[in-house]
Amino acid sequence: MAIELKMPALSPTMEEGTLAKWLVKPGDTVKSGDILAEIETDKATMEFEAVDEGTVGDLLIAAGTEGVKVGTVIATLTGEDEAAPAPAPVAAPAPAAVAAPRPVAAPPVAAPPVAAPVSMPAGTAMVATTVREALRDAMAEEMRADDRVFVMGEEVAEYQGAYKVTQGLLEEFGPRRVIDTPITEYGFAGIGTGAAMGGLRPIVEFMTFNFAMQAIDHIINSAAKTNYMSGGQMRCPIVFRGPNGAAARVGAQHSQNYAPWYTAIPGLVVIAPYDAADAKGLLKAAIRSEDPVVFLENELVYGRSFDVPQIDDFVLPIGKARIMRPGRDVTIVSYSVGVGLALEAAETLAAEGIEAEVLDLRTLRPLDTAAVLESLSRTNRMVVAEEGFPVCSVASEIIAIAMEQGFDHLDAPVLRVCNEDVPMPYAANLEKAALITAAKIVEAVRKVCYR
Amino acid sequence: MAKPARPRAPRAAKPAATKASPATTGGAAIPVIVETATIAGEEDAVFALRSLQQAHANNRRYDASDAELLHFYEQMVLIRRFEERAGQLYGLGLIGGFCHLYIGQEAVAVGVQSALKAGHDSVITGYRDHGHMLAYGIDPRLIMAELTGRAAGISRGKGGSMHMFSTDHKFFGGHGIVGAQVPLGAGLAFGHKYRDDGGVCVAYFGDGAANQGQVYETFNMAALWKLPILFVVENNGYAMGTAVKRGSAETHFYRRGTGFRIPGMDVNGMDVLEVRQATEVALDFIRAGNGPVLMELNTYRYRGHSMSDPAKYRSREEVQDMRDNHDPIEAARQELLKRGVTEERMKDIDKKIRQVVAEAADFAENSPEPAMPELYTDVLVGTY
Repeated sequence: MAIELKMPALSPTMEEGTLAKWLVKPGDTVKSGDILAEIETDKATMEFEAVDEGTVGDLLIAAGTEGVKVGTVIATLTGEDEAAPAPAPVAAPAPAAVAAPRPVAAPPVAAPPVAAPVSMPAGTAMVATTVREALRDAMAEEMRADDRVFVMGEEVAEYQGAYKVTQGLLEEFGPRRVIDTPITEYGFAGIGTGAAMGGLRPIVEFMTFNFAMQAIDHIINSAAKTNYMSGGQMRCPIVFRGPNGAAARVGAQHSQNYAPWYTAIPGLVVIAPYDAADAKGLLKAAIRSEDPVVFLENELVYGRSFDVPQIDDFVLPIGKARIMRPGRDVTIVSYSVGVGLALEAAETLAAEGIEAEVLDLRTLRPLDTAAVLESLSRTNRMVVAEEGFPVCSVASEIIAIAMEQGFDHLDAPVLRVCNEDVPMPYAANLEKAALITAAKIVEAVRKVCYR
Repeated sequence: MAKPARPRAPRAAKPAATKASPATTGGAAIPVIVETATIAGEEDAVFALRSLQQAHANNRRYDASDAELLHFYEQMVLIRRFEERAGQLYGLGLIGGFCHLYIGQEAVAVGVQSALKAGHDSVITGYRDHGHMLAYGIDPRLIMAELTGRAAGISRGKGGSMHMFSTDHKFFGGHGIVGAQVPLGAGLAFGHKYRDDGGVCVAYFGDGAANQGQVYETFNMAALWKLPILFVVENNGYAMGTAVKRGSAETHFYRRGTGFRIPGMDVNGMDVLEVRQATEVALDFIRAGNGPVLMELNTYRYRGHSMSDPAKYRSREEVQDMRDNHDPIEAARQELLKRGVTEERMKDIDKKIRQVVAEAADFAENSPEPAMPELYTDVLVGTY
């Protein structure tokens, strides 16, 4: 019986990929380790190797096909011991199969409806851009404009970024400004911080913010506090950036949202964008800032496409929240990946007759308290949605602000919807249960609306 | 125990030309280092790592003019008198918190920094930072006013003893977390290299900080990227109250760069001219683009770790012996006398310094505290 070769999952978050190239043709005999195809994931181009020996039967997906779901059968292989006259008789002639790839469902990425990012000049063209590309564009533009800007981190140069965010930068800017570091977070965070103190503008990439725990002393004690301790003499214009929060199936040590930790520290600017336009406009602002910025990205949205305005120098203001979807009945406050869930929840709620306003904080420090209170004053009900631990969270802070400064506007207690208060489990079902979902947000909104 | 007086036999001394094969070397008498030289291809590296020590051994002391030596003397006296007065002000309650005095270690900062290009080369250190600032010519009044927490202080009264900076002088602190200044210093060195401005960073740290992991992360990258940085271990014998031999498996700190191919130098930190000369050797190597050098300066702190030190970990006799027999200021004084500089000339200097320090103390005592709005300034630079 023919062995079915399926589209492999080549990263923890990969759901689909592009079948870039076939390196075998029907009738070829292959052995274990032979490269069958090149597959492009959201992170890299990977080689797909044969595990079994045999003869290539049908190639069911044509080279160049995008959006091939993980698990889709892409080819068949006939076992060696079977007297296999190449393609199995049931299969259509191989060339035909290649020419007419099975209609692979390649739906546009299931992003929730998105409002326009900011007020744009009428007629501004929008370009669909992934968050990953938007971040790269922001860095490249700022590096072109200012020689003091450089990028350092693990695998940012030759590997092209562990999550492909720095793709192409080495080629354009060379090894002087795109610097691979050894795996030594404490050390290179300190070197970056010292370089900023000496007048450069480093972008320090952490492969994920989980690893920044090794370096947090320099982020907080060295970068955040020195301007104050020096009476304003010694600035530290640095950006610490990288993916933050839960990815998928990577367990407790690789799945934490550190936003509340950094947001607690005076002297830092903390930004956590959701969509591509914000990623670009805010990263450019972060690089230009005279202050140390912690820029928290999210792996799960790197590959999502959003409209980015085609403007020469698209920079957004730090410290301004944004209404992603207006509504009059309740405000859902969120940031980063939580915004997508909040928008999804708002869609569901709209069907039930509840008009939820979705407020994306975008910057967590300094927090746009005015925007939170303004929205609350109109809707009088609030839910905070955060992909992270509930205790001492950004949600806790929003609730405190609502209590302290918005009490008179409240018609119901503010509720928070967060992850469960446990280390992230690995098992798929447990992980799913631990994470915030749109359904949990819907539930909380119903409660505060007394429905 | 402290090691300033320990004999500094040139342990290297194996010429590169000598191939250390078992056949040609003489067995028991061979120093350990030569055995490693038998590993194929390692001879050159071993020689390079030892070459600076050799260069230092060949010419230990800086050939200072009378005027230069007098200047070093004056700077060391300034640091000592300043620190003594700081100790007094602490006792009077005018200085709060932690206050780490540099008394005994003066030859280190003065000897090293006299070899630098002031305002061009960067300096960074830990929390025992008053001496390094004075040695870089920073106004003693601004330092003392910072110690008393006044608005006129160099950090506007918001940093205190451990957190002082003068970016104009390229003095980058003053850092309170033990060892943090080492990667920060490598970052400053990275900046020199990035801008290709020919500058060098000197990063000082103590024998205690030398056991922090980040120091070795930094050694690796500094050597890998050939950063222009001089690592200076001020080995004063005690990490707070822990004697070096109780806290360090390898007590010869200058050897600790070897695993990263950083040449080490073992230097008497109680002799300002030896410090100066060694620094020149190191700087020549660094400025030639060869990457970092690690210098161990053996020194001694007469006072406690901080003002609240119970001093139970060492004997009074030990301290007295260092004061009597190894004091860097007294040594410089004797040398000046031998050169024919008069007692009066030095007394004039002493008098002048006392005056400078008295003025600094008055200034620090009588300056106003920071205005209340200062509480909220300098948190962020930008307005968002």
